[in-house]
Amino acid sequence: MHEFSYYAPRSLSEAIGLLATHGAKARPLCGGTDLIIQMRAGALRPTSIIDVKQIRELRRISFDGTTGLYLGAAVPCVEVYENAAVLGRYPGLADAARLIGSVQIRHRASLGGNLVNGSPAADSVPALIALGATALVAGPEDERTVPVEGFVVAPGRTVLRSGELLVGLQVPPPPPAKSSSAYLRFTPRNEMDIAVVGVGVALVMDGERCLKAQIALGAVGPTQIIAQEAAAYLTGRRLDQAALDHAGWLASRAATPIDDARGTAEFRRHIVSVLTRRALLAAADRARVN
Amino acid sequence: MTKELIEATINGEPVEFLCEPRQSLLEVLRDVLNLTGTKEGCLTGDCGACSVILDGRVVCSCLVLGVEVAGGAIETVEGLAEGTHLTELQQTFLEDAALQCGICTPGFLIAAKALLDSNPDPSETEVRYALAGNLCRCTGYDKIVRAVMDAAALMRQRQSSSSSAKQGREA
Repeated sequence: MHEFSYYAPRSLSEAIGLLATHGAKARPLCGGTDLIIQMRAGALRPTSIIDVKQIRELRRISFDGTTGLYLGAAVPCVEVYENAAVLGRYPGLADAARLIGSVQIRHRASLGGNLVNGSPAADSVPALIALGATALVAGPEDERTVPVEGFVVAPGRTVLRSGELLVGLQVPPPPPAKSSSAYLRFTPRNEMDIAVVGVGVALVMDGERCLKAQIALGAVGPTQIIAQEAAAYLTGRRLDQAALDHAGWLASRAATPIDDARGTAEFRRHIVSVLTRRALLAAADRARVN
Repeated sequence: MTKELIEATINGEPVEFLCEPRQSLLEVLRDVLNLTGTKEGCLTGDCGACSVILDGRVVCSCLVLGVEVAGGAIETVEGLAEGTHLTELQQTFLEDAALQCGICTPGFLIAAKALLDSNPDPSETEVRYALAGNLCRCTGYDKIVRAVMDAAALMRQRQSSSSSAKQGREA
């Protein structure tokens, strides 16, 4: 690897100061499972690495009935899917965090890093979008919030401006009604693979009737896609086979996949309809016992 | 580039080493500390040959910077055996022929140890998922999975016989 300076600030203000001083030549480091690979390959050559894992705001995970789940940007996947509040209230997020990489990777990789890396195939992003998550961003002048659905603007590119740092993610509390979530992906291998298609859903149910749905698709466009029409169609409907089939078809129409080594566009569109159906069923089953 | 002095615990012993920020934990272990049991494979976190346990969690040491482990506790394959006395896991890898060329073996042993530390009675599926981040190009995995299951059984046996012996003493 090329030479760089290493800083491990203990406070957010110190980290923001370092980012301001070093500008575009600095990179924050969480788990390093994307960053170190890109640096070793020479794709990124930051001259300052700012390890943000010792900053309280970036390592905290907590649930509050009024504000929902706060997830620090540097919290590793393992602490997400082993968290009781996440497992109980945001199972779709636990699904996604459990699917990323291998055990070794999940012990380091964070959902903040997954988001900032900007991959169209990032597993946690559709799950976060379906749950209505917001990104908390701190910069030299002020702090701002960005809905996760608008955070990634192109493959590998996000709304983060020079000097800004993703601090955490805020996921709203689940509605008091029966609600739940799920994330499913298709990969040729069961583990250690990159999504060919990923589908995150969140549902609010009244008995067998859907009061509200949110569906987000991954790996089928340059950035994650919200299947708006499919979600709107489900509002007020019973989730019977015909409704699930139609919602799946509407979701597949929202996808804009490409052909690549991992799957053709046609195959991906088909998988979107299948996974949307299955994710809706999984979330509805969970909502029933919730 | 100036080197930093890092203090950590490796296999239970306090260790100090000098490293540059650009050196990975893997490079530090092999090139600075001469702990060459941990192997270099892909350098992209895909193969698991460089697996070590950092603060109780198995990680790829190629994706950790040496400077990041200040104050941390690291377990490597060198910490498994006591002298010439192998652990059950190492013994079953030999008896079940769970290695051929051996380059992946330290990583598998460490990943398997991390699994058995938290789950002493894993199902075969759990073993396979826990080892999915470790690649072997020789054995076809079956013998490795069997060796881990066999080691787990031996360790449970030892635990129950030592606890019944203890109960016997207390009675």
